[in-house]
Amino acid sequence: MKLHELSLKEQLTGLKEGSFSSTELTQHYLDRISNFDKDLNSFITVTEDSALNQAKESDKRYKSNKALPLDGIPIAHKDIFCTEDILTTCGSKMLSNFKAPYSSTVVSNLSSDGVVVLGKTNMDEFAMGSSNETSFFGPVKNPWNKEYVPGGSSGGSAACVSAQLASAATATDTGGSIRQPAALCGLTGIKPTYGRVSRYGMIAFASSLDQGGVLARSAEDSAILLESMSGYDPKDSTSLNEDVPNFLENLDSPIKGMKIGMPKEFFERDLPNHVESSTKEAIETYKDLGAEICEISLPNVDLSLPVYYIIAPAECSANLSRYDGVRYGYRCENPKDIEDLYMRTRKEGFGAEVKRRILIGTYALSAGYYDAYYLKAQKCRRLVANDFTEAFKSVDLILSPTTPDTSFKAGEKSDDPIEMYLQDIFTIPANLAGLPGISFPCGNHEGLPLGVQLVGDSLKEAQLFQAAHQFQKVTDWHKKLPEVK
Amino acid sequence: MTVFNESWEAVIGLEIHVQLATNSKLFSGASTNFGALPNTQACNIDLALPGVLPVLNEEVLKMAVKLGKALNANINSPTSFARKNYFYPDSPKGYQISQMDKPIVEDGFLDIELEDGTSKRIGVTRAHLEEDAGKSLHEDFEGQSGIDLNRAGTPLIEIVSEPDINSPEEAVAYLKSIHSIIRYLEISDGNMAEGSMRCDANVSVRKIGSDELGTRTETKNVNSFRFVEKAILYEIERQISEIESGNTITQETRLYDSQANTTRPMRTKEYANDYRYFPEPDLLPVVLEDKFIKETLEQMPEMPNEKKLRFVNEYELSEYDSSLLAADKDLANFFEEVTDESKSAKLSANWIMGELSAELNKDNLHILNSKISAKQLGQLIKRIEDSTISGKIAKDVFEKMWSSGDEVDAIIEKEGLQQVTDLSEIESMVDRVINENPDQLKQYLSGKDRLFGFFVGQVMKESQGKANPAQVNEILKEKLKE
Repeated sequence: MKLHELSLKEQLTGLKEGSFSSTELTQHYLDRISNFDKDLNSFITVTEDSALNQAKESDKRYKSNKALPLDGIPIAHKDIFCTEDILTTCGSKMLSNFKAPYSSTVVSNLSSDGVVVLGKTNMDEFAMGSSNETSFFGPVKNPWNKEYVPGGSSGGSAACVSAQLASAATATDTGGSIRQPAALCGLTGIKPTYGRVSRYGMIAFASSLDQGGVLARSAEDSAILLESMSGYDPKDSTSLNEDVPNFLENLDSPIKGMKIGMPKEFFERDLPNHVESSTKEAIETYKDLGAEICEISLPNVDLSLPVYYIIAPAECSANLSRYDGVRYGYRCENPKDIEDLYMRTRKEGFGAEVKRRILIGTYALSAGYYDAYYLKAQKCRRLVANDFTEAFKSVDLILSPTTPDTSFKAGEKSDDPIEMYLQDIFTIPANLAGLPGISFPCGNHEGLPLGVQLVGDSLKEAQLFQAAHQFQKVTDWHKKLPEVK
Repeated sequence: MTVFNESWEAVIGLEIHVQLATNSKLFSGASTNFGALPNTQACNIDLALPGVLPVLNEEVLKMAVKLGKALNANINSPTSFARKNYFYPDSPKGYQISQMDKPIVEDGFLDIELEDGTSKRIGVTRAHLEEDAGKSLHEDFEGQSGIDLNRAGTPLIEIVSEPDINSPEEAVAYLKSIHSIIRYLEISDGNMAEGSMRCDANVSVRKIGSDELGTRTETKNVNSFRFVEKAILYEIERQISEIESGNTITQETRLYDSQANTTRPMRTKEYANDYRYFPEPDLLPVVLEDKFIKETLEQMPEMPNEKKLRFVNEYELSEYDSSLLAADKDLANFFEEVTDESKSAKLSANWIMGELSAELNKDNLHILNSKISAKQLGQLIKRIEDSTISGKIAKDVFEKMWSSGDEVDAIIEKEGLQQVTDLSEIESMVDRVINENPDQLKQYLSGKDRLFGFFVGQVMKESQGKANPAQVNEILKEKLKE
């Protein structure tokens, strides 16, 4: 078996047993990146030298029996996580020259567990997009079919893991940006409970919705990585002061008797046959595993999309105000005065989708509109969250398709923002309610993968991993990988 | 007293920004010291680098709770933060973290004392926490501006009054009262020249008897008590004369120019109209536990009003003297130290508010920098009380102490200033004076009682001020009867 075909867990075992070194593994991935990524465009920055240095250090630790929990595993970071002295662009021209003087907590946590960082992955500009077509650094291609998009905004992370250019990758999810690309690229992706993973050093899009997570090839691999990333961080006031449980402990426990709810509002939608059938098949698998399936109702869930497109743009309109050309990042040439500096820097530095959302958000917060839009959206957000609270009184997990369909062709939706926004119809509710959600592969239609989503109650990531892992023990959708040429 | 036309009434509300004296900033660990080299006290958070997040400095909560108590206000729990959006180069995030819906302090009042001895209650709408901006430096860079972010993120509490103030004098009395409170609580040095206390004045005018408020202006950049008084007076008179000449008042922000003593409108670009406030998603609402509030309030010092009452009761000082002394915590402490030494509260108060204040004012010194210590002044007063020197001589000794720093007794000794209390010595001086002034004696004896004072004066002069005046009186009376 080739090194890149091994799962993250198998690679850890191989490194421990000395079957191969981290240097070999790292070099193997670097070679694959240089062979295949010109076309896929999943990386913005490849940190070849520092990766090899980290691998060397890791090999030393293995030799002296001082190996760290994730020692020598080559991963990639979404380019939204600040990495000290390495370019952090957030997929934008605005930060195309920005080297952070500090590392995010996620990056630090993983590094202190010994991972090797291969580079920074491409993404939709400031994480705004569902197809990875809004990146200043060009679109990312779906390794399953290069005419198709990998999803977004964590499209680079998804494409590189799917194409086996990295063992796993970090990602972020504001409305579905981990789970949707996971579904479109045939991966397992988890967005944990809001506050489980520190947002310190993760460039903000919509602060009350953003959450870091993982894209990997299985529930087990995701669990290994998420455990290292998670934990209370005093630098993030919204971080949860809760112990991180051992996410691996219950993976092998049977899920017999677990109650899984199917929200009727999701299944009443007009879903394509292949989506409906693969989801039903997943439900059958869970029945076989002993789970109890029942229909539930989330009566206000249809409010999710409009609510999200008020709150997220409102927060982003303020979060992106700091990009003014004064202190760092892109700055227009020869500004006349301060007004000109602001206007041209932001006009030239931001792409169309980012500007659209800043404008929507600015409008929604304006005097005279605040009550009708922002305040009302906050109230509706509580209604959606309350629906989940109510539902979790009778079920353990909530199952739905991850996306309305398989991937779509590049350019197909880029001129129709509403159509693009509908990509996240099933994923956004979990962000609004701050709940953990996982997507994993459950089928394939015309050569493109399909995903199913489980949403759990607050802090129940372990249960999500367990349910996904049990599914993956009896199915092999997650083992199917695209052939990269 | 204010001179504006008596058919007009001014309606004034003050917004006072007070820099809180914390060691580190409101949402970052950077130092708040004043006067460091530009941008040496601005960390990643103050620079608003991508990805950074604010973490509340909990020291400010205690300060705000104490202030709330001193302002007789409610403490909101939970209290929450909001973003106030505007673009300006010294506001690095493009928004200021402030408070909107749930300010930490709300609905209080302050009783101020006016010069005529009456008191007036001024409502305090709210006091909220917010971060200070950096500074734009326009002078040193040709065609460009420099930005110093050292001040960015320094904690401020903004105290907003109700429009209950009706004259520049009341405004200053209120401002001084707030100043006194923050100094007592040690939550700020209140230094207006350095900008640790700043005042914006909302001013409008209306005809006396009218229920409707006039259009108001907000005057900024007023950095001393005197300028607050002058700026408000200018603005009142400007508004009255505008209206009386048939013009209307524009609702606008104006800047006070202390050199010209005028206010002028800010350029519209210098401020924004719509701040688009919304709840700060990076900070959770802060819950203040009852235990925390109770423990904080236990640390409250004696406040100016309480101290004033104590001075009246304990030292039998007048209300007026007591409130003058109690207004400044350091002055009040000085007074108590002096009294402790002198054992005479009334004399101590008189000396502090008379001679000492005059010297301090002359040299522009604060009481903490007095050249005569409280103990020294107490000893001086003790020497008056025990009749070692007269009050008049004491003034000379005071001058000498001020300039030389020498101790009281050393000066008295060296200059031979001890009061003459030897009866025979005084008698001989009295005899001499009577003999040398036969004309005055004749007049006195023929009924001109007023001339008694003349003889006292002459004896005192003869003794170079050292004779005990009471003894001189007594002996003169006896001798002149003869």
